[in-house]
Amino acid sequence: MSASYDVIVVGGGPAGVAAALQAASRGLKTLILDEGEAAGGQVYRPPSRGLQGLPSDADTASGALLRARLADSNVVRAFGRRVWNIEPGFRVYSVTANDAEEAAAPALILATGTIERFVPVPGWTLPGVIGLAAATALLKSQRIVPGRRVVVAGVGPLLPFVAASIVSAGGTVAAIVDANGRTEWLNRLPRLLFSSGRLLARGARWMSTLVRHRVPIYSGHAIGAFEGIERVERAHVLPVDDEGAPRPGNAPITIDCDAVCYGYGLAPSIEAAKLLGAQCVLDADLGGWRARTDDRGATDVPGLYVCGDGGGVLGAAAAPLSGRIAALAAAQHLGRLGEDELLRLISPLQRQQRAAARFGAAMTSLTTPKRGQIALIPPDTIVCRCEGITRGAIDQAVADGSRTLDELKSVTRCGMGPCTGRYCMDTAARLIAARTDLAESQIVPVSVRPPLRPVPIAALTSGFRYEDLPRPEPAPL
Amino acid sequence: MSGFRIENQVARGRLVSFTFENVTLQAHEGEGLAAALSVSGVLSVRRAPADQGPRGAFCFMGTCQECVVLIKGERTESCRVAVREGLEVRAVR
Repeated sequence: MSASYDVIVVGGGPAGVAAALQAASRGLKTLILDEGEAAGGQVYRPPSRGLQGLPSDADTASGALLRARLADSNVVRAFGRRVWNIEPGFRVYSVTANDAEEAAAPALILATGTIERFVPVPGWTLPGVIGLAAATALLKSQRIVPGRRVVVAGVGPLLPFVAASIVSAGGTVAAIVDANGRTEWLNRLPRLLFSSGRLLARGARWMSTLVRHRVPIYSGHAIGAFEGIERVERAHVLPVDDEGAPRPGNAPITIDCDAVCYGYGLAPSIEAAKLLGAQCVLDADLGGWRARTDDRGATDVPGLYVCGDGGGVLGAAAAPLSGRIAALAAAQHLGRLGEDELLRLISPLQRQQRAAARFGAAMTSLTTPKRGQIALIPPDTIVCRCEGITRGAIDQAVADGSRTLDELKSVTRCGMGPCTGRYCMDTAARLIAARTDLAESQIVPVSVRPPLRPVPIAALTSGFRYEDLPRPEPAPL
Repeated sequence: MSGFRIENQVARGRLVSFTFENVTLQAHEGEGLAAALSVSGVLSVRRAPADQGPRGAFCFMGTCQECVVLIKGERTESCRVAVREGLEVRAVR
């Protein structure tokens, strides 16, 4: 089963959908793939089946509009399909639970979004500790509040969003623990005031909700540990300095809770771009490593484009604009649009994109990792959740000579489990940098090989039956 | 104590029964399995192979693989499966 297209878009969030719609509107035969059941990505996540009569907030309305526009277009839609391999040229391999497909196109647009970053601390693997992005998924698509008494901890704009959503839904936020101090938020106010009044007003509404519900906010504090027997029961909170390290001589504050929403910002998902050989650069203020692109989203690989937060975390307002720019650039690459026409079409989009990106860039810079944060990780803390690899094991491997993430992975198995290193490699890189004279920009992301994501063997061998194998008669004895 | 469903203004699918490790639980048809388990108080769904620690849903978006369970013998991310009547769910051993 193989189908040919002009353009394939991987990722069905706001950037990917805008790219696909723009490509189709130029007459390009376009396929969009996403593992979600419908378009929307994480920010405009569709409600789960059976949910009705939802209160209409801005994100719900934007998501419904995006899905309606996609349904009205000529874009071929493949949702509920997980992309597990992409070959140069480009061939995109995807699976559902029980079948496999491939599709080919001379242009590929990656809109693969982000992955959440964490500072691993003792107990972060306990059930009940979930990501901040996970909490938004529960709230948006399931209309479920993660606990009765929730600690919301980490850094960045998801803290007030998640906390305000919980209290508005009738839950209790036991505390917001923000590793940034108040000044770090205030320092960004001028940039925010000159960007999006609408988004700033939204932030102000979250803050007033939190004040009205008297939610305790521990600014300049971080989680030192989570505790519980079979699930999280309490969080220990420590004051931290400007570099994120615990201030010496302070006893932890203990906060009882039945759930924790935890996260230290979002990083671009670069696996697919890296698999295809795109050069990546470290851009810490935009979330970390990202594929190197020109101002049209073109990577170093001809025909390969990156848009949305997967190319640098700039937020949902900027994402559709970067998607449209990438799609127009792809049309030009395919000879379906002249260079002059391309420039005429993308220059207003680029202007709007730069304006929309200012707010997102200011928010993402709140989550830039700080050198001192690794001081929150004691040696016996699990860093690699899948393989149970501790900080002590990683430090030992570095002491024994590991200087790259690939070496560290071979020596310790860190990053070799089913999440494919998505939740540990970022910390591992920082641990290498701390123990060596290497800059973080010298510790390149780990090599990527297929499968990009776990794939059930049954899906790849769909239709195959053991009985159907031709078996020669055994030779006579 | 555990998570709870927002009731105000929200209509849900009909209530159906499903099982986890032969214990019968109830949830709304179409609800995400990981979310339904968590609201039912089932947070730990497996033991980590390396450290034997309890694990449960962490990313709720199909990435972390912490919420993997067995459905008809297949390893399945419970955050990417919808609850339906009679669904039988086992823990990964």
